[in-house]
Amino acid sequence: MKVMIDTGNYVAAKAAVMAKPDVIAAYPITPQTTLVEGIARYVATGEFKGEYICVESEHSAMSACIGASAAGSRTFTATSSHGLLLMHEMLHWAALARLPVIMCNINRVVGPGWNIWADQNDSIAQRDTGWIQFYCSSNQEIFDTVLQSFKLGEHKKVGLPVMINYDAFVLSHTSMPVYVPEQKEVDDFLPSFKPLWKLDVDNPITFGNIIGPAYYEKVRKAMQDAHEAAKTLVPEIAKEWKNKFGRYHGDLVERYKCEGAEYILMAMGAIGAESKVAIDNLRAEGLKIGLARVRTFRPFPAEEMIKLGKQADLIVIDRNISIGSEGALFNETKASLYNKSDAKVHGFIAGLGGKDVTYQDIQNICKKVINGKAKDFEWYGLEGD
Amino acid sequence: MKKYDVVTSISYPKKGAMGKTGSWRVFKPKLDKNKCVKCLQCWVFCPEGVITKNKDGTIDIDYEYCKGCGVCANVCKVKAIIMEREAEG
Repeated sequence: MKVMIDTGNYVAAKAAVMAKPDVIAAYPITPQTTLVEGIARYVATGEFKGEYICVESEHSAMSACIGASAAGSRTFTATSSHGLLLMHEMLHWAALARLPVIMCNINRVVGPGWNIWADQNDSIAQRDTGWIQFYCSSNQEIFDTVLQSFKLGEHKKVGLPVMINYDAFVLSHTSMPVYVPEQKEVDDFLPSFKPLWKLDVDNPITFGNIIGPAYYEKVRKAMQDAHEAAKTLVPEIAKEWKNKFGRYHGDLVERYKCEGAEYILMAMGAIGAESKVAIDNLRAEGLKIGLARVRTFRPFPAEEMIKLGKQADLIVIDRNISIGSEGALFNETKASLYNKSDAKVHGFIAGLGGKDVTYQDIQNICKKVINGKAKDFEWYGLEGD
Repeated sequence: MKKYDVVTSISYPKKGAMGKTGSWRVFKPKLDKNKCVKCLQCWVFCPEGVITKNKDGTIDIDYEYCKGCGVCANVCKVKAIIMEREAEG
């Protein structure tokens, strides 16, 4: 075990290479670029021994990973924002073909206007592709989640691609100390890739061929079952990691000071880490408030939400907006509580376009709700407010 | 043949992996064996491989899988194959 002090992107590159993928195909885009550079550095030093394919677009990057995964290779890629959007069709392909491609997506604004800062609308737009989605709040969590994702996605009960999301610049370009285990320890944790199926000249098959409605429905249902299985496996793998390496970031949801809380704040990504400071301060003022930081947006932890809703009123901060509706986490939290709890749920939109959301902002949001001054759904801190 | 225990669209090489595609037909290629000169153009061009070549050079069309595309009738120089609308049912 050694400590590496580096940015989220270099840390993610280190974790990816330690998983020993056979193929990495990637195309650079701000703010993911340094992750691709990090991989290139490990190619140069010989630490990464797999195939590194430089492609001409993100659509090709995902296609190359799909082809490699279909041939039985462990695969990794990374992207951001418009790159993720260009992959959209192939994201469906990877998931429907049950290929566990592992990908980091650095959450960045979708343009126009041109803006490279943190915003979750890029990955929220991929919500329905069948990918498992993690949202990380620290560099250590990025490192640990990348390696856990290989184990989860490749698990025989799952067999699905996994997206590890984290905030542009706030995490991708910020250096933090990260514990890095020895390669042998990682090898012990992560078994070699045993594909659910593979293209094999000695056992010829085709995939993605035409199927009728009845079979197609079964394919969809099987994906849904795999997400249900992941709800159990995410905590199992997180606990195994904790036993092995002593670090734990929660499972589907990370709870922080929720004991006896009458209000529970919810957020995803870096805002979830900032929220802990806010919770400490509010608790010091005697307010009964805790934090539930959602780590997996897919599968959506509906059962956890019901537990939270039975205990407290909820305050949801979304760094995304489904235009014409509301924040994605707010929306789905309410849906999972329907007929199960009568908790009040308040939604806030904050931090779009990379706007800073400080612990002071988060305290303001919480106090507005506690003092009964909040609407059901509102935008926090718009200019002129 | 190794079978995988996975639910996605995988197909193993076999006759009619997609099912009986003959039911897709609107027009049916009708073969007049007396007119046929055994040139095998239809056998070469059939995109679905449903035309089989017999030892004596004659051909047969497998109607269980023929989708009725009409390519065989189009390439037949002696009009030994004509496309006929199939009766309903």
